[in-house]
Amino acid sequence: MIFDNAPALVVIFPLIAAVAVPFIGYYNKRLIPYFVTLITFCSLIFSISNLRTVMQTGSISYTMGGWEPPFGIEYAIDYLNGFVSIVVIFIIFIVSIYAKKSVEQELPGRTINFYTVFLLLTAGLQGLIVTGDLFNIYVFLEISSIAAYALISVGKSRDALMASMNYLIIGTVSASFILLGIGYLYMVTGTLNMADLADRLPLAFDERPKVVLAAFAFFLVGFSIKVGLFPLHTWMPDAYSLAPSAVSAMLASTFTKVAAYVMIRVMFTIFKPDFIISTVHAHTILAWLAAIAIIAGSVLAIAQTDFKRMLAYSSVSQIGYIILGVALMNQIAMTGGIIHIMNHGIMKAALFMVAGAIIYKTGIRNINDFKGLGKTMPYTSAAFTLVALSMIGIPPTVGFVSKWYLALGAIEAGMWVFVGVIMLSSLLNIVYFWRVFENMYFYRAEGGKVDEVPLSMLLPILILAALTFLLGVLALYPLKEIMAPMVQIILPG
Amino acid sequence: MIEDLILAKYNYWIYVTLMMIGFYAVIAKNNLVKKVIGLNIFSTAIFLFYISIGDVIGGTEPIYIHGEDVVYVNPIPHVLILTGIVVSVSITAVALALIIKIYEEFGTIEEDQILELQS
Amino acid sequence: METIITIKPLLAVLIPLICAVMIIFSSKHPNIRDGWSVAAGAVLFLTVLSMLPDILAGSVIQFTVIEMLPNLPIKFKVDAFGELFALTSSFLWIFTTFYSIGYMRSLKEHAQTRYFFCFAIAIVGAIGIAFSANLFTLFLFYEVLTVSTYPLVIHNETPEAMSGGRKYLLYLMTAGIFLFFSVAAVYYYTGTTDFAFNGILDGHGIPVVMLKILFITFMIGSAKAAFMPLHSWLPSAMVAPTPVSALLHAVAVVKAGVFTATRVILYVFGVDLMGETGIGLMMAYFVCFTIIVASIYALTHDNLKKRLAYSTVSQLSYIVLGVSMLTPDGITGGMLHIPYHAFMKITLFMCAGAIIVTAKMENISEMNGIGRKMPITMLAFTVGALGMVGVPPVAGFVSKWFLLLGSVEMNQLPILLVLLASAMLNVGYFFPVIYVAFFKKPEKELNFGEASPFLLVPLTLTAIISLILGIWPDAPYLFLELVNVAVQNVTTGGI
Repeated sequence: MIFDNAPALVVIFPLIAAVAVPFIGYYNKRLIPYFVTLITFCSLIFSISNLRTVMQTGSISYTMGGWEPPFGIEYAIDYLNGFVSIVVIFIIFIVSIYAKKSVEQELPGRTINFYTVFLLLTAGLQGLIVTGDLFNIYVFLEISSIAAYALISVGKSRDALMASMNYLIIGTVSASFILLGIGYLYMVTGTLNMADLADRLPLAFDERPKVVLAAFAFFLVGFSIKVGLFPLHTWMPDAYSLAPSAVSAMLASTFTKVAAYVMIRVMFTIFKPDFIISTVHAHTILAWLAAIAIIAGSVLAIAQTDFKRMLAYSSVSQIGYIILGVALMNQIAMTGGIIHIMNHGIMKAALFMVAGAIIYKTGIRNINDFKGLGKTMPYTSAAFTLVALSMIGIPPTVGFVSKWYLALGAIEAGMWVFVGVIMLSSLLNIVYFWRVFENMYFYRAEGGKVDEVPLSMLLPILILAALTFLLGVLALYPLKEIMAPMVQIILPG
Repeated sequence: MIEDLILAKYNYWIYVTLMMIGFYAVIAKNNLVKKVIGLNIFSTAIFLFYISIGDVIGGTEPIYIHGEDVVYVNPIPHVLILTGIVVSVSITAVALALIIKIYEEFGTIEEDQILELQS
Repeated sequence: METIITIKPLLAVLIPLICAVMIIFSSKHPNIRDGWSVAAGAVLFLTVLSMLPDILAGSVIQFTVIEMLPNLPIKFKVDAFGELFALTSSFLWIFTTFYSIGYMRSLKEHAQTRYFFCFAIAIVGAIGIAFSANLFTLFLFYEVLTVSTYPLVIHNETPEAMSGGRKYLLYLMTAGIFLFFSVAAVYYYTGTTDFAFNGILDGHGIPVVMLKILFITFMIGSAKAAFMPLHSWLPSAMVAPTPVSALLHAVAVVKAGVFTATRVILYVFGVDLMGETGIGLMMAYFVCFTIIVASIYALTHDNLKKRLAYSTVSQLSYIVLGVSMLTPDGITGGMLHIPYHAFMKITLFMCAGAIIVTAKMENISEMNGIGRKMPITMLAFTVGALGMVGVPPVAGFVSKWFLLLGSVEMNQLPILLVLLASAMLNVGYFFPVIYVAFFKKPEKELNFGEASPFLLVPLTLTAIISLILGIWPDAPYLFLELVNVAVQNVTTGGI
């Protein structure tokens, strides 16, 4: 029975829980982390149930308060957002386990505030994913953004305040662009429901092509900022590197991915592939921007000595992969791009958790000071090694799966230059990750007593590291059962 | 011609002008509070745009009265913008809170001075 | 052709992997730790050997582990050529293990656990490459081999070792990326990456230009074979401890490169396609260049290990030369040179290592008269060097004989001349070592004796085996018989 309402519950559960956190905190502060973990776990169950329903009976349309779409707000779940929803809530669940110790150290006495905002962010992200209503997207985007600004600003260094402020300004401008795009579409179609919009848009485009084009441009720019697509990525390195560890892990692995999902949703469900290919040629521009992002992000990452900052720039490059996969406009590349949402989410969460674990134990952020960590934190280092190899794209890890599909997709599209970009970026990945390996393992350092982080921080890292390997080896099941029908819906061909 | 372009569509011109003023402030102003004010002008311009597209010439307020056959203005943009205003207020609140913290930490809210302090 | 499905190939890969795990767990007890390596070496060799009778009978052994991506399984298939490589590396692993134990303990090296762990993983890579049934699996283990040998190369952790290691990594990882591209392209065009005896690229309507580009990317991908513009990682990798140079940079890693190149030439492109497009001949002349130039480079180096490294570069190209001749005799010579060169070169490297450990000498010009103090070592060195030149009755003669036959068979006089010239150059860089060691008077008193038995026994044994292989090449169950099966598979398309 309760699972019938699962589409709404994935949003409402964390939302209500966010309000409940202060009350529980009033009763007993130490209960909060467990409570949050429990809530995210329940949301995970609901998400899984949603995807199962989609796989068994087709797309879900859930109406809010009994108002039928297109008049009421609809939550629409198909393969794409069912999948992204699970990925996001799973990572948040893992982060919530990790966050307990990390927050105790980095934000002493502010547990209540942190977890309230943490759950708000969760609710916002889930809302963004499951909603079928365009204006709702704006609202949830802002809910999650505000939560993100707040979470970033509590980072240890005072620079985090400015990072958050810059992000707030850029983020608000981008959200305003999106709002404007929504307004333009509403002006010519008179509807906000995405499925309904998609039906009415061709007619509207015939009547008023310029308005629709303007709307598309606003969406593109707005989402490019939210995704962090180069050269609109400038908020990202500061925000990710200065936020508290748990927040970095969560934001880097979920927020930009969700933004990428919404971008795909708007581009492919509302505007349709034909419009993009033959009318605006947006795919060419996007693909080149993505290629530049891939290279520039990696090059900038090489230039960093701060570990978290390096990871943030690496994110810029990895976002490029996702967008490249989407922009090549064929099913293979699309599979690669979308599966990279999951793969990069898992990998980046793990990497930022490793960074957080190192900071937790030693306070070191500079890569050159990592000497001897391989001995003192063997498990963390081993997990890092596995994940970094995956980022480089060594089989049979998940990173290889994404790269394989992207390379095949680029060949399929006849764009050999992008194959070259993927190859070059793998090489650059090796360069910046290998520095870390070298410092961790290959300089003789004194001391060398094992001094690992607490289990509640280590376990999430190990789980994610194991997943980078397992999901790579067992990639066939999700590819066949989830990705294939999903891509067929998004990009029929 | 000019009337069609300018006078008949004056609502759009107003919103675009306002938006650009806000945008300019966000980009060019050094003072963080002024930037936030710019942001507010920016989003308010968009709200005005929304409200203006909901208008119907000769329309009345959208209250349903039995037996009368009148033209209403479209209420949906207004409702949307109510939400939008709430969002905007929240953002302003967060931004101002941030600015207070920044002032406590850096002793200034001028961006160039903060950048110097950040090293 | 009969296909047998057993788990043996997977076992062969798992044995060194389990060994590696056990090494980590017993890091506190050096004797137990090293015991694992020895035991795993023996078990691995027996496992590989147990597949030999079936292979010689003309069957192939197959085992699919898991289908990772659509039509892209991790899959093992043992054919005669794979068995050849696996047999060589697993057999020589046993020797190198003993030698390593002796070497590492007498030098009291640091981080021995890491050393033996990575060594075992490297063997996983080598065996995996030998037994892989498709390009994808091969690529997987190719990367395993690259990553696992890096810590071995920089074992000393000196700045010199680190920069050598970076070069090593840069070259081989770049190669890996090119291989990745090539594999993806093959998959795109053919929908499969499984090796076939007559190639898989034929008959898919791929333009010749594309085939040539693909071939070039494949060859860049097999940079582990140290073709000439991409060779310089190999001399840099000589900063590694000598056992590493011996097994990995004379057998496992470089032979993996050559093995990959051969797999690509014969089992992906196929004899027919290589002949029709003229890529075979192009390749043959290309590697001739490497053979000559690398030999000349070798002449200029006084450091014994560096000289051996350049000799390896040159000799590896013999193998690829033989294979790209595309004639039965040429292919026989090339394939046969894989184990033969392995046995001879490992002997040479072990001798070099024994000299480093016992006499603390690395440069040839210092080695005046050491033959008198270390007669057995230098005798073994002489055997290896003669083999490299191609003097009967050492093993090298047999493979070179087939190569000469091959060049006659394809009516290419220049290649014949290259082979002869290279033999002369080999004389030029090996005989001074022997001369210096035996006939020059030492400048100062030499106060050391023969190397420790841990070092001496393995190198003597490999020298003797090199002799046996040369005297009695067609003995049953030896490499020539295996190579004959492989050549027959390739030239008849496996029917």
